Amino acid sequence: MRAAAVLRLVARRLAWSIPLAVAATLVSFILVALLPGDAAVSLVGQNASLEQIEQVREDLGLHDPVWTQYGQWLSRAVRGDLGDSMVNRQPVVGQLNDRLAPSMSLIAGVVVVATVVGVAIGILGARRGRVGRVVDSVSITGLAIPDFWLGLVLVVAFAVHLGWFPPTGYVPWSDGIGPWLRSVALPIITLSVPATAILARQTREAMSTALNQEYVRTLRAAGIGEGSIVFRHALRNAAIPILTVVGLVFVGALGGTVAVESVFAISGLGRTAMQATATRDLPLIQGVVVYFTLIVIAVNLLVDCAYGYFDPRFHSRATESRAKSLRLGDL
Amino acid sequence: MCRRHPAGAAATIYLLALIAVGLAAEVVAPYPLGQQDLRDVLSGPSGSHWLGTDTLGRDLLSQLLYSIRPSLVATFEAMVVFVAVGVVFGILSGYLGGAVDAAISRVVELVQSIPAIIMILVVLGVFSNSALAAMVTLGLIASAGLVRVARGSTLAVREELYVTAARVSGVRPTRIMRTHVLRGILGPVLAQASLFAGVTLVFQAALSYLGLLSTGNHPTWGGMIGDASQVISRATWPLIPPGVAISLTVLAFGALGDALRDIAAGQSSAAAPRPVSSWTRRADIARGGDATVLSSEALLDVRDLSVAVTDRSAPTALVTEVSFSIWQSETVALVGESGCGKSLSALAIMGLLPNGVAMSGGQVYFDGSPLGAGHPESFRRVRGQGIGFVSQHSQASLDPTHTVGSHLREVVVRHQRMSWKSAKEQAIELLEQVKFPDPKRVMALYPHELSGGMAQRVNVALAIAGRPKLLIADEPTTALDVTLQAEILALLREIQQSTGLAILLITHDWGVVADMADRIVVMYAGEVVEQADIDTAFSRPRFPYTLALMEANPTTADPGSRLPTIDGRVPPPGSWPEGCRFADRCPYRADQCTVSSLPLRVADTGSLSRCARVTSLVQEGVLPK
Repeated sequence: MRAAAVLRLVARRLAWSIPLAVAATLVSFILVALLPGDAAVSLVGQNASLEQIEQVREDLGLHDPVWTQYGQWLSRAVRGDLGDSMVNRQPVVGQLNDRLAPSMSLIAGVVVVATVVGVAIGILGARRGRVGRVVDSVSITGLAIPDFWLGLVLVVAFAVHLGWFPPTGYVPWSDGIGPWLRSVALPIITLSVPATAILARQTREAMSTALNQEYVRTLRAAGIGEGSIVFRHALRNAAIPILTVVGLVFVGALGGTVAVESVFAISGLGRTAMQATATRDLPLIQGVVVYFTLIVIAVNLLVDCAYGYFDPRFHSRATESRAKSLRLGDL
Repeated sequence: MCRRHPAGAAATIYLLALIAVGLAAEVVAPYPLGQQDLRDVLSGPSGSHWLGTDTLGRDLLSQLLYSIRPSLVATFEAMVVFVAVGVVFGILSGYLGGAVDAAISRVVELVQSIPAIIMILVVLGVFSNSALAAMVTLGLIASAGLVRVARGSTLAVREELYVTAARVSGVRPTRIMRTHVLRGILGPVLAQASLFAGVTLVFQAALSYLGLLSTGNHPTWGGMIGDASQVISRATWPLIPPGVAISLTVLAFGALGDALRDIAAGQSSAAAPRPVSSWTRRADIARGGDATVLSSEALLDVRDLSVAVTDRSAPTALVTEVSFSIWQSETVALVGESGCGKSLSALAIMGLLPNGVAMSGGQVYFDGSPLGAGHPESFRRVRGQGIGFVSQHSQASLDPTHTVGSHLREVVVRHQRMSWKSAKEQAIELLEQVKFPDPKRVMALYPHELSGGMAQRVNVALAIAGRPKLLIADEPTTALDVTLQAEILALLREIQQSTGLAILLITHDWGVVADMADRIVVMYAGEVVEQADIDTAFSRPRFPYTLALMEANPTTADPGSRLPTIDGRVPPPGSWPEGCRFADRCPYRADQCTVSSLPLRVADTGSLSRCARVTSLVQEGVLPK
């Protein structure tokens, strides 16, 4: 019965994600079409020859109306062809696939670290009043520090001065787990600070709420120990709001890669997005929009499935708790 | 705000100062904009350069001050869009509802599904790194969150009586939205806007750090960090001032937002009860010599139990000097209106008082050993195995994320030291004991799949799973309809007969009392006013409150006549009068009632009564002879 309900929800979410992906890419497409002046001129530069400009116009399909251009782009996109980069003429898909592993290493690390540390701190905070206030003020501070600056400070302290970690660069898995870990440690810590702060705060709130529910009194009255009450019962009830925030942390870390990958000179999706913007490589930007949107959709789907696992009444509750949360991570 | 929100006040002062300095940067800054001194590069803090210099020998303090204006301008641009779009669409969505609401909600969901940063990058790519375009986009995307907040607040305001009244009396919707709704949602919107200002600042800093915003040659905090990052192997100091400036400002926006949110939320919440130290005069209260009736042979022996709010500077008494005993197989009813301290007394016995409330005096003995303060382990031993507990809210008393079977098995494993697997049989037996015809099916159900009556039977099963000697039932049938009430009471009686269970029944239903109790303890305003066995209590009550309660009982009142009620209400803790606490509502009040505190005394019937006039009231025929 529950499995079927979860499946239905996932199916509905999947169906909804199609117009979502279309809308996201369409918005960026229209923006590009609004490009003031002649896109081609601004792309190849003022000094380019007429033939060059005409060639770029042809490449971009700028002679067609926007809708036709978008239709053509979309029909190629669904077949896995996002065009070629205007800077190095390489296929966008291939380039972005190469950049997935570094970014996903960072984001996965952030989600794991922030969830473990944030939930632990949050539970501690919910149990004792004074600790709770400390958790709140520390988490506010954690949120106030800009991540890219924190990254630079960490580089100065732990890479330049202490030499414990390489200051920049990404070492793939295949070159060994140790070097890989050392290369991603600092960026993961950097992105984990605000993520942990958000999670600690949300966990504290959710756990405080759960521990004040009447069933907790019933369980205590029935002689159930505090350990079971906190971990088996309260935490499981707090799981929905916590999971929502874990999803937000994932999306937030994805956005955070733009600045932090640049700080650590890691060639991931975020740095690619930044470089594509700086060089006005429109097909590449468009491709990054597609990748980001698909990743966000996938994460939201995963979170929805997890709701079903954690709460038998997820059907009504899930939508409710999602509606409540301001999606800070999207910012 | 200064007293109750010191952080908010400090943040306001900081932000005002920041704005002032930002506007007057040319006057305040020690060096002109962009003045270089290549003979003095990357120097640390000194008398002439308080924060040192950068790679081009520019004064860092001046750079920092000149950077304030672009940061504030960017924040302002994003905020205007954020608030305007968020408020307008939020109010429209919340106020108009229906199709408009549905459409706006869909768009909001869509916008929130696209990571803001990537859209801003697209915009920056298209609009030649324009800071204005980036900030407008940020405000636009983030306003989706505010639409939700404003919509929620509008819905709440919309339901307020004065808005309904305005609507019914024909005030135009636009006018209602402008005056009432806008005022009502101001607090939450300001709070969100302040928090968003912090987000904007970080965004602007990150984008200028990445060099994606064209700012001419004007310095920005993010740009300063970017410059500093180029030379971190030579000098690390220049990194610090701009980072600290950003963090402090974001912190200030956050603190201001939190304070605004608290203020907005605080306007609607009721004032806390005033603390009164009446409980400290406990020692003065004469003790009824008849308290010796209490015997340590009793299963439960409650002596002079007092409960108070303890987390305020002056404690407020909630329950004072409650004493009673329960013997094996006996049912004692604890009666009284809501707010008399019945449930708190019961929770105190089990050590389950809510946070901030604690036992402030007296002793509780269970089965001969003391419970409570000074005996931290005592409750763990007694809960479930010695004393079981059933509360009023049958469904809320079960963990929504666990099945009935999971609940029961956990308790069985806990008390009978058996494996999870073998606990299943026991759990099924328990469900049979509480009259489920199909226990195996019930095992797999979640609380939300149970009816109120079923949930209450599961609660009873949970309470008796540890084979307790005493069951505390806190209004176990109040939330159920009449047939289910009878069913649950019959179940309790049956369990009592087969196991010798003693029951402490908390109720205000005289039908239930008559049905179940051997003795009653009547509570009023935190103290016991009468204690008697059931027949005596019904035929010859010895306290005017008991009499009034029985007369106000709908099941015994004369059909067709107006149901008698007790005028007034129970005085809240902290405002109990001197002397008899019932005096204000008592038709037989005399001067002697309000002079000094009154002890419980043995009346002519053998009952305990706190009434000062009990003898004369019996003689006058007010209380039956």
